[in-house]
Amino acid sequence: MIRSLFTVALIALLAQSAAAQSPRIVTDSAGRQVELPERIETVFAAGPPAAILLYVMAPDRMLGWPRANRPDEREFLAQPYADLPELGTLTDQGGEANLERVVALEPNLILDFGSVRDTYVDLANRVQAQTGIPYVLIDGRFENTPTALRLLGEILGIPERGETLAADAEATFARIDALLADIPEAYRPRAYLARRPDGLESGVVGSINTEILERAGGINVLGRSAAARGLVQVSFEALLAADPDVIVTWDRQFHESHRDDPLWSRMRAVQEGNVHLSPVLPFGWIDRPPSLNRIIGLDWMATVFFPDRYQIDLRERTRDFYRLWYHIDLSEDQLARLLP
Amino acid sequence: MTDHALASARPARRRRLPLVATLTLVLAAGALTALAIGPFRLSLPEVLAALTGRAGGQAEVVIWNIRLPRVLAAMLVGAALAAAGASYQVLFRNPLVSPDILGVSSGAALGAVCGIFLSLPMIAIQGFAFLGGLAAVSLVIFIAQAVRGVDQTLVLVLTGVVMGALAGAATSLLKVMADPYDQLPAITFWLLGSLARTTSADLGLVLPSVALGLVPLILLRWRINLLSLGDDEARALGVDAPKLRLLVIAAATLITASVVAIAGVVGWVGLVIPHIARMLVGPSFATLLPVSAIIGAGYLLLVDTLSRTMATIEIPLGILTAVLGAPFFLYLLARGRRGWA
Repeated sequence: MIRSLFTVALIALLAQSAAAQSPRIVTDSAGRQVELPERIETVFAAGPPAAILLYVMAPDRMLGWPRANRPDEREFLAQPYADLPELGTLTDQGGEANLERVVALEPNLILDFGSVRDTYVDLANRVQAQTGIPYVLIDGRFENTPTALRLLGEILGIPERGETLAADAEATFARIDALLADIPEAYRPRAYLARRPDGLESGVVGSINTEILERAGGINVLGRSAAARGLVQVSFEALLAADPDVIVTWDRQFHESHRDDPLWSRMRAVQEGNVHLSPVLPFGWIDRPPSLNRIIGLDWMATVFFPDRYQIDLRERTRDFYRLWYHIDLSEDQLARLLP
Repeated sequence: MTDHALASARPARRRRLPLVATLTLVLAAGALTALAIGPFRLSLPEVLAALTGRAGGQAEVVIWNIRLPRVLAAMLVGAALAAAGASYQVLFRNPLVSPDILGVSSGAALGAVCGIFLSLPMIAIQGFAFLGGLAAVSLVIFIAQAVRGVDQTLVLVLTGVVMGALAGAATSLLKVMADPYDQLPAITFWLLGSLARTTSADLGLVLPSVALGLVPLILLRWRINLLSLGDDEARALGVDAPKLRLLVIAAATLITASVVAIAGVVGWVGLVIPHIARMLVGPSFATLLPVSAIIGAGYLLLVDTLSRTMATIEIPLGILTAVLGAPFFLYLLARGRRGWA
């Protein structure tokens, strides 16, 4: 009874929307065929990575952010988009959005950028069936960035914008590849990503958190783990034994306290002054979230790892990146705060 | 079943029929109200129009695809958990027992977390949860039966506690190993319980197994009531207590595992609701079961309506049931009411 009525309602709805606009079919990263309206004016981003992808591509189509931006983040985002409201997420990444609210916003499209594993494919299908709003999944792996940008450009009807950003991402990857081509394994720094104020949380090889570390030519001191895929707790003893050449972090608290810490001050990397703090505004450069924000992080990290060999003016590059991707012109003061 | 037991309980039922009818009416009114409440603003006439298929467009999407499945699921889950809780409490002759006493929730949680960890489709995650719950309880019963010469109830409860702890440890291990961006939040969210994703297909999926568990409990409610007298007395009255107990455990477990599979772990309902029911109708299981189920349905309906309307984001059910249920439970304790068997 319920089901049959549900089906009738769905068919009625589909028939109605089909009559309103001439549809087009797009295949998303999960291989799902999604019917889209001709013009897409408004998009609901399903999670933080998707919100960033949408912001760099077409901020004027945004309805809001997964969570409201903090004042320090707003300063590095273009107006009026920085002040858009908080909408929650659909991907369980903290703060579940209510489906009714999503329907009430009447987006032309729901965009998810990240894992295209079965759980997320299923989630996309369900939300699409329930709300009648097309739901597109785009593969969020770092290497897939250029493809993702072009795909979204096509979906939103702005292929030139997708192409511009994709070319910039490809140029960055190519720069790193060219750099690493002449550097044998033995000359690459053994690196550690310190998370949390105590610095004892990190990721093993293959985790999304440390992906950028390896992509920039570093060797993750934690190596591979048979059991873990994500974040791991590291014992200080193991870290002392691993003896990394370089430590990178985005945690302000850790960076401020590590030199005075009786344990950390014993680390060789700390004594040699090889602890580097990454910028985090408006989005993290290393992870948090693992999205396109890592493109500029790649340039930063290669500079940290190979200060003598990586020929790039990081300040200029940062200025260009923020103008091209984040739609803002950095002031000297802002630039100085990002890269002290 | 002896005439004596029936004779003493039946008049009580006659007095309580108006109460059951009243509660059912209140529940129906509550369901209609809940259908009219939500972030997508719809008036009651608009809701009724959408229900009868005359509204069209977005209102029908919201009512038929989002709100109605959720309202029905909230009532089903609440009723199921409260009924299972009431059954377990009578069975163990202990008011502090909740449906997860034999590890069904912990087992289901472990199953679901395995599913999320392996990035399986939703239906497989639900299936894993269901099977995990059943497996945990089967294991508990199997172990308890293997241990002889000790008080059966005690062994069951202790084995249940141990099984719950083991499953909890395995769940924690998987959380440590999970991907912090795409799996860990999903796991956390699932462990707190939510109906945010419920579709009408989910309802169709669990309705048969909930019914399969609920029907024997309803049919045997008079006999089950005798279990509260203790095994010897029950035997004297012609009830095979161990067999009946096993049947009740199987039925209550089936019910709990089914609803946990679609709603996640929703605590407190199965513990607190039977107490409220007992205050209203006394300890006789024959009336306690239906009254618990109706109040449970209403309680979770209220909690889920709060969960979807209080903030922009969904508030997990487990948080709200605890926040609302725990103080109430303390209040009951403080009143020192001994309305229980």
